[in-house]
Amino acid sequence: MSDLNQALATKYKGNFLKEVIDNVEKGDMVQMCMQCGVCAGSCPMGPHWEHTPQKIFMMIRANKRNEILQSESMWMCTSCYNCIVRCPRELPITHIMHGLASYAKRLNLVPKTQPTAKFAQLFWNNLTSKGRVNELKLGISLYFMNGFGEGIKVAMANQKLGMNMLKTKRMAINEAWGGHSVKDKSGFHAMLKKAAELESDAIEANSK
Amino acid sequence: MSDKKDSSSKEYSFYPGCSSQSGASSSNYLTSVNSMCEELDIKLNTIDDWNCCAASIGYTGGGELPRVSLSARNIALSEQQHPQQDIVATCAACWLATREASERIAHSTKIKEGTGIALKEAGLEMKNDKNIRHMVEVLVEDIGMDTISAKVKKPLEGIKIAGYVGCQTNRPFGIDGESFENPQYLDNMVEAVGAEPIRTYEKKVSCCGGALAFSEPDKSFILIKPILESAMDNGADMIVTPCPVCQMNTEVYQDKINDKFGTQFNIPVVYYSTLMSVAFGRSAADSALNGQVIQAEKLNKIAK
Repeated sequence: MSDLNQALATKYKGNFLKEVIDNVEKGDMVQMCMQCGVCAGSCPMGPHWEHTPQKIFMMIRANKRNEILQSESMWMCTSCYNCIVRCPRELPITHIMHGLASYAKRLNLVPKTQPTAKFAQLFWNNLTSKGRVNELKLGISLYFMNGFGEGIKVAMANQKLGMNMLKTKRMAINEAWGGHSVKDKSGFHAMLKKAAELESDAIEANSK
Repeated sequence: MSDKKDSSSKEYSFYPGCSSQSGASSSNYLTSVNSMCEELDIKLNTIDDWNCCAASIGYTGGGELPRVSLSARNIALSEQQHPQQDIVATCAACWLATREASERIAHSTKIKEGTGIALKEAGLEMKNDKNIRHMVEVLVEDIGMDTISAKVKKPLEGIKIAGYVGCQTNRPFGIDGESFENPQYLDNMVEAVGAEPIRTYEKKVSCCGGALAFSEPDKSFILIKPILESAMDNGADMIVTPCPVCQMNTEVYQDKINDKFGTQFNIPVVYYSTLMSVAFGRSAADSALNGQVIQAEKLNKIAK
């Protein structure tokens, strides 16, 4: 992973904008930003971004590669799409933020304690295992994502919530043993494997 | 916007999504949707063997192509099974992810080729010629408020309801060409079932934190609190929403928000389909009122 990071950093040395255009989802649209700041002002998580989307777009042009990819900023995106519908230049800002976050993860640059990065990966692993989300297992893995001791504490603190969900049949204990699944698991997995390969290959190729 | 279909076609290829499954967090939503659709003569043909769409948080692990492929598989299955029918989703994230994927495939040769190759591994192919719609679009565009009103047997008289549209049933696609800042469709639905909409509800399109309520609860609770507060300030008896994540975030964390902020929230949050099922005369069970963590007493009384 870090080899790939090194290779890409070397290949695009001095031109992070080009690296983003080539490798980040909707990265080409970064060039459209005119720095009006409507995105930054529209974000519900605004106060929690170290660098707002507006600032990130400028930092990309200013070659602040590590400052962006190692930042927790993009992980603040709730996917509310406020920025997208308000952007006067129609940049798909939500997708660019997701793209940067996903790219940072691919290059192994995400801060280790970033909770949304961890949860998002748990979610992906959960859904791809059987093709459908297993909410019970997802909840348990979320509680325990920071270790066993912490997990017990979080689980205890959320006991009432869990009971409420069980009582209203919006959570089911039997999901722990089997749970919902697609029927064609092998086809499903083969499809995802191929898609992941194609995407990785393209980025690998760009690193050479 | 998707092309409008002939209003006489009331059959849809249905994508229910993970949270609607039995024992999942919005299984109550599906129960009430089924009752609502029975009353409105809407037939939902579930896409056999559908998979998760990756929702809005799957981008990290999935990247772009694997994520888009998930929706491509659902669309391909729908084309195979229900060739003439629009795809309809009840979950905001399902609708958004599927429609986004369809548009991405239509607009990018690279993505189209990539998903084509990936789908082949599952023995599938797609034409990508379907409209991908949300259930509220079906209600607004194909059924209409007049028809909904006409089906009401027990008007929800005297109940004041804050219509919490939220994010993804509104942005980025919008419903029936309405404004992103102040869409009216949910208030119109409330009115159609005989209740009183709060059209001045300030937090109608605010974000509840979405999936970050799980990973960043403290930051999200700061977003959820004013959504509840504004409903209370406007004298709402309950909140109604079209989105499973909005529903969950604004209902089940009220205890925790009370603990954190010293508030005393205890306001029910229901789905539009709950309101309609009750108003159409269905039982409490058919309307999934037993799925409320915070009981909607005013609806319980009407549904019996």
